[in-house]
Amino acid sequence: MPKAKIEYKLRIPSQTENLELIRFFVGKVAEKVGFVEDDVGKIELAVDEACTNVMKHAYTDTAHDKTLDVAIFIDYQKLTLVVTDHGKGFNPDSIRPPDMKEYLAELRVGGLGIFLMRTLMDEVDYDIKPGVRNQVRMVKYLISRKNSRVIS
Amino acid sequence: MENFKVVRQDSVDLTTLKIIGFLDAHTAPALEEAIQKLIDDQKVNILVDFKDLSYISSAGLGVFMGFIEEVRSRNGDIKMCSMSPKIYRVFDLLGFPTIYQIFDKQDEAAAMFPRKEPASSDE
Repeated sequence: MPKAKIEYKLRIPSQTENLELIRFFVGKVAEKVGFVEDDVGKIELAVDEACTNVMKHAYTDTAHDKTLDVAIFIDYQKLTLVVTDHGKGFNPDSIRPPDMKEYLAELRVGGLGIFLMRTLMDEVDYDIKPGVRNQVRMVKYLISRKNSRVIS
Repeated sequence: MENFKVVRQDSVDLTTLKIIGFLDAHTAPALEEAIQKLIDDQKVNILVDFKDLSYISSAGLGVFMGFIEEVRSRNGDIKMCSMSPKIYRVFDLLGFPTIYQIFDKQDEAAAMFPRKEPASSDE
């Protein structure tokens, strides 16, 4: 039987001055749930990168109310972060992880947020409906699967 | 709310930028401005001291990427020191230690910049 989820939600103007507040909100929830300091830092950075992408790229006109939603769902084994905006969206398939060699050679600026999110979190996926609703969903397991070891 | 600050210290051989607080997409323009000002002032031997920086995102790292080519083309460099393990990890994840020299201590980093020898009367 799956346990009931606990939800925490924040609706906030899509402005970079709110990044600190978003990190604080998400970090405190992650801490309360029991993530170790190292993982709390990773979760804070991942949500920052997701929200920064929205703030920089999602809204190019003034037709929408420029807010974004940060929702956190907790169950007994994982934290799920969902960042939702109502901007223009993008094609997630067009975003490939940067080729590090190429990147280092070219000293290319920016575009590293999605790479970081995928590195820091256990799962990252997108649900894009341009102009309607775009979501990035990221999961971190309480015992990180990426880092888990079998102790014999 | 002052959540980020850059403190500049000029010496003969180099300029140290102490960055303090949170470096994210909101505060990155302040650092950008500070480094641009150094370049405008022909100060291209730049040491960035991370001792009092508690947070960095890719927007902050992007600032260093944006200037390194220009600084090196003017025979200068951006070197870094005193990062906490948390900050270093972000640099490491993005492969930055292969681009920038990062030192544990400020004096180690400062010693790596070329010295401007005072006019000498030695024979």
